[in-house]
Amino acid sequence: MKKLSSKLRLLGIAGAIATLTFTAGTANAEDTIKVGVLHSLSGTMAISETTLKDTMLMLIDEQNKKGGLLGKKLEAVVVDPASNWPLFAEKARELLTKDKAAAIFGCWTSVSRKSVLPVIEELNGLLFYPVQYEGEESSKNVFYTGAAPNQQAIPAVDYLMNDLKAKRWVLAGTDYVYPRTTNKILEAYLLSKGVAKKDIMVNYTPFGHSDWQSIVADIKKFGSAGKKTAVVSTINGDANIPFYKELGNQGISAEKIPVIAFSVGEEELSGMDTKPLVGHLAAWNYFMSIDTTKNAAFISQWHDFIKNPKRVTNDPMEAHYIGFNMWVKAVEKAGTTDSDAVQKAIIGVEFPNLTGGTSKMLPNHHISKPVLIGEIQDDGQLQTVWQTNKLVDGDAWSDFLPESKPIIADWTAPISCGNYNTKTKKCSGQNF
Amino acid sequence: MKPNSFRWCCQVILGFILMSPTLSIGQENTAEDAFSAALSNLKAGSMQERGQAIEQLAAVQKPQATTVLQALLDGRLFTLKTDGQLVIGEEIETGYKLTDAKSAESLGIVERSATQKITVNNSLRTSLRKIIGRLQLNDDDSAVRLAAVSAMGKSVDDQSLAMLRGHLPMEQDESVQKAIKLILGQEQLNSADKTVRLAAIDLLKEQASQNVVNRLNELVEKDADGHYLEADSDVRNQAEAALSKINSQLQMYAGIETLFFGLSLGAVLVLAAIGLAITFGVMGVINMAHGELMMLGAYTTYVTQQLMPNHLGLSLAIAVPAAFIISALTGIVIERGIIRFLYGRPLETLLATFGVSLFLQQTVRSIFSPLNRSVATPEWMSGTLQINDFLSLTWNRLYILVFCLMVFVLLLQILKRTRLGLEVRAVAQNRNMAKAMGIPTGRVDALTFGLGSGIAGVAGVALSQITNVGPNLGQAYIVDSFMVVVFGGVGNLWGTLVAGFSLGIANKLLEPYAGAVLAKILVLVFIILFIQKRPRGLFPQQGRAVEG
Repeated sequence: MKKLSSKLRLLGIAGAIATLTFTAGTANAEDTIKVGVLHSLSGTMAISETTLKDTMLMLIDEQNKKGGLLGKKLEAVVVDPASNWPLFAEKARELLTKDKAAAIFGCWTSVSRKSVLPVIEELNGLLFYPVQYEGEESSKNVFYTGAAPNQQAIPAVDYLMNDLKAKRWVLAGTDYVYPRTTNKILEAYLLSKGVAKKDIMVNYTPFGHSDWQSIVADIKKFGSAGKKTAVVSTINGDANIPFYKELGNQGISAEKIPVIAFSVGEEELSGMDTKPLVGHLAAWNYFMSIDTTKNAAFISQWHDFIKNPKRVTNDPMEAHYIGFNMWVKAVEKAGTTDSDAVQKAIIGVEFPNLTGGTSKMLPNHHISKPVLIGEIQDDGQLQTVWQTNKLVDGDAWSDFLPESKPIIADWTAPISCGNYNTKTKKCSGQNF
Repeated sequence: MKPNSFRWCCQVILGFILMSPTLSIGQENTAEDAFSAALSNLKAGSMQERGQAIEQLAAVQKPQATTVLQALLDGRLFTLKTDGQLVIGEEIETGYKLTDAKSAESLGIVERSATQKITVNNSLRTSLRKIIGRLQLNDDDSAVRLAAVSAMGKSVDDQSLAMLRGHLPMEQDESVQKAIKLILGQEQLNSADKTVRLAAIDLLKEQASQNVVNRLNELVEKDADGHYLEADSDVRNQAEAALSKINSQLQMYAGIETLFFGLSLGAVLVLAAIGLAITFGVMGVINMAHGELMMLGAYTTYVTQQLMPNHLGLSLAIAVPAAFIISALTGIVIERGIIRFLYGRPLETLLATFGVSLFLQQTVRSIFSPLNRSVATPEWMSGTLQINDFLSLTWNRLYILVFCLMVFVLLLQILKRTRLGLEVRAVAQNRNMAKAMGIPTGRVDALTFGLGSGIAGVAGVALSQITNVGPNLGQAYIVDSFMVVVFGGVGNLWGTLVAGFSLGIANKLLEPYAGAVLAKILVLVFIILFIQKRPRGLFPQQGRAVEG
């Protein structure tokens, strides 16, 4: 046993040395601008976030090839918050105080963003958040480059209602903040459109739920009442495969009951047997299959960088692409990486997105994006079946919830507030 | 009364109007031209144009047109990237075996990348099914006709009804006749004639299906003003009687379905827990890496499938012993390398094996990437065993249930009938006495742990068919596994079996009322209370775990 413990100690020392040398390496250079990359590389969320870390490295690499920023090279500081929410806050603090990162690109789950928020506001940092989320938030220090509910959920429901003539609705989601808030907004929206309460079925399941038999059977029963039924799924990544498999096995085809998903993209599809999914829908602001020269260039750049021609691109990657380039433009405009100056400069900055439009950073720290609905193909790609004819502006506070209806976010003078009540003309100060 | 008869007239007239182009083009001798035109329209353009091309193809009365439409529906219609020729491809090992879409000539074999698939969306798929149904209504094979009728019955429209009505007198096969009558019967509920409606209800009552229930429900419902939708009280009463008869059937089927769901969830629990029942139950080792051993089994399935992509069924059969061997070897290495130094110190074993589990997870992440891997399900394991319109059992769950029982019986036989089993039981009962009798306890420990781990690997093969194959697969099942073993009684295989099935059924009984989240919590609370009363589980047994 003595032997073993001494061996263990040795290992520990080796580990400590390794970390020391790693951090020392990143803390040395003074003539670089540091960009923090705060994505989980281990744990549950590694499945989605690792790709975004690679995307950031690629974008930074590309910028350096173009000559860097303000005459300095960019340097990525990659940390691993390990899918551990409090650790996100700790790592964010480390990035801002120790590494003096000019901007942080990171987070995936809403809970990780919420835990980073106080730190980022306290230290006046910049966070670019690339994932579609539930809204009801606008922080001075955060830029939301993913979709707000009105850029994904609401148009998707409109499509089902108008084009597929859906009359009955199943809102199925994983039991956490994003699906709960989104479904609350959607339910209010559906009721406002004259859908009866008995025609809406809401269902929540735990994270990683794998036994969908009775829920799918319920959906089948709910959907066989003679009216066209659609499922709006906010089911989180991992639980989707057993869900779709069960749908396929119980013979629910996309023609009968279409499922529109907000969390299933190309990356998730690449890990699934797509046979039972063909024809089901997904709503995003970007698809890999979009046929533009910019997108083709982005895809080939990604394949070169990752050295694997089979890797796919997805929506949050595009969000980082837009977010990073907007930050670059804002820094160039401000002539400094100083947080306050960049916050001011970035509002109104425009950058062409990969789907052929030009996205703009809005005063509420959200961006304008097109909304696309795609059908899942058997090669794991999404084929556009519907899209908005112009870009949709992200709305931080939903207009379909009575409590957030009068509230707007506007970070330009004279309002300069993330939670401004247009009725009482007051800023609550509570931005999230 | 009036509006009903008017509607019927309209339907018939409409039906004929819609059918007339089909007839007229068929009569003219331009069918060949129309066929090529429709085919070229299929290649180019948007989904809308493609939809029009499908309609054109449907109007061409040629068997090859039906073949093309079927190929389009199945995703087997391609254009060649070189010259844009429209071809039908059949998937074989080296690529696609092609035939020309127009002439049905064989064109040899090309690689997959040389073709571009013609895609369809949901609305096109729906209309394709309907059109193919119509075209196949006159097929010689009665099974094809039956499928055609049921495809048409899925979304009934006037044209289909007119065709079915026309086809019925010619139909010889009894089951096809029945299916047509069922569809027409639903339509006859709209009839102006009361006796026709009553007769329709009588007919429908005998062949209950979900559509029938919906239609009958409409008869007994009231509208917003409180008036019945069906004016005639005789018809209403008849419909109510029919509904109550069907509903009692429905309840029985719902009960059977819940039971099946419970058993199949139980089978998964038992499979996940049974390996643990040996390592934890018999040996008393708290093995936190048990879930990762299942994960290894699932990844073995993935690798075997990658090695033989064209023999899905066979690869699954090979994956079972392969997964057993890989997980068993890993288990033995863990036992010899770590656990054997920690016997009698459960806390340290727990921590050490937890470390092993993290190590295995990260290893898999480094080798296979953190992304989930896609494991395909063979054809014979997808879909449902349709017993009737209200009761269908999914094949994959049925297979897993059978597989679980097979593994259980096999394991029981190993423990009861083999030399290894005897030694395992002897060591479990009294280690020192067994040692005194000359049993090499160290070797037995390693083999027992290997056996338990191997079974976990086999469970992983089954899990790969119903859930994600990713680094986190094991974590999702480890808590459930411990729950089952503790509930069933540590050290007792039968206890594990009973506990797994009863927890599965309890979960599924609660789920409709409490929701998936609360059902799980309730089951956990129940187990906590149960363990308070009976700390040794359902079937307590003597063993080393008891001594410790």
